[in-house]
Amino acid sequence: MLEDIGIIFIASALINNFVFSRYLGLCIFFGVTKRMETAIGMSITFTSVMVISAALSWLVYYIIMIPLNLGFLKIVIFIGIVSGFVQAADTIMKKVTPGLYYKLGIYLALIVTNCIILAVPLINASEKYNLLQSLTFGLGAGAGFSLALVIMASIRERLELADVPKSFEGLPISFVLTGLIALAFLGFSGMIPL
Amino acid sequence: MNEKINYWKIFKNGIFSENPVFRLALSLCPAVAVTSGVKNGFLMGVAVLFVQTMSNITVSIIRNFIHPKVRIPSYIFIIAAWVTVTDLMMAAYARDVYKEMGLYIQLIVAFAIILSRLESFASKKNVLPSGVDGLGMGFGFLIALVLIGFVRELLGKGALWGYQFTPTKPLLIMILPTGGFFVMGLLMGFFNWINRRFFGGKASADVHMEAHRHGSH
Repeated sequence: MLEDIGIIFIASALINNFVFSRYLGLCIFFGVTKRMETAIGMSITFTSVMVISAALSWLVYYIIMIPLNLGFLKIVIFIGIVSGFVQAADTIMKKVTPGLYYKLGIYLALIVTNCIILAVPLINASEKYNLLQSLTFGLGAGAGFSLALVIMASIRERLELADVPKSFEGLPISFVLTGLIALAFLGFSGMIPL
Repeated sequence: MNEKINYWKIFKNGIFSENPVFRLALSLCPAVAVTSGVKNGFLMGVAVLFVQTMSNITVSIIRNFIHPKVRIPSYIFIIAAWVTVTDLMMAAYARDVYKEMGLYIQLIVAFAIILSRLESFASKKNVLPSGVDGLGMGFGFLIALVLIGFVRELLGKGALWGYQFTPTKPLLIMILPTGGFFVMGLLMGFFNWINRRFFGGKASADVHMEAHRHGSH
């Protein structure tokens, strides 16, 4: 049981890293990694939203949708849950903790229509994880995404000083860099015989 | 119709000057994720083309009934409905492909490009131009995916559309995740170079920033 949880965590964080082997959340990945500070703010917000939306959508999926045979509506319902929850978090944070809101609030707005957040409940549903496994998957995916953001941000801060060919400035060189990091992450794939 | 609308121009816009992948740099995830072969790229492109056109038309029809304050959630639900249609169709008629890229088909709902077209075009225009705009954007996306898939499958497997024509696999790395990022970066650099060298235009990153500034994410 415990071993199972560990495997799910490692697999979702390193082996099937959302950015480097599932290619999710690339818009955000390239958008916020220009500065370390933004990258860290984004990782905190994303990880918490992922875990909570994994739990919420698990509850709705198994308590309401499965008994009523509504499995085919999962795309519509999950995106409703995620955007509703993010909107609620946005409003609550603004009232309760204004300080935190001004630090992390701007990232919340970007989350609503993001594939990486929606992917967590969808994968959980298709893998038929139980509640604990779903939470672990959300946490692992969040940790993997944070790791990716921090690595990329630290490289890109150095890249500012590098002399890159004019046509490759900005996104193209970032893609090539991501490819190199992905190559390194390929080394994790032999860690657990799945 | 009083004013003449240049449909060809709207259509062309999506393919060249505002190509979703190479010029606007929106919806990059699927561009790398499903393009290990031409066939997957093509089917994904068709799925996006369908969803984009249908949601454009739907939004354009009901645009006067949506209250401006709830427009984004309404658009998302319209997209989600069409994505569900596509998802179920793919699951029924293209089983083997669906196993590989089912997740990405479902995630079409979160594509920035679709929402941004609804917001910036379909919510202001009539049904016909909106449909044409959807077709143009969809084809632009389709062409980009097929192009990336072409390079990756040719170099990675020595095959095209599953048809093998070299005895060896020249550069296996191209069909691995890494290769996707490399090809994408090199193609983007190439398009930027062409654009700067022959058209004196802006680099894609600038267009990207403008697209974001207009509130489309």
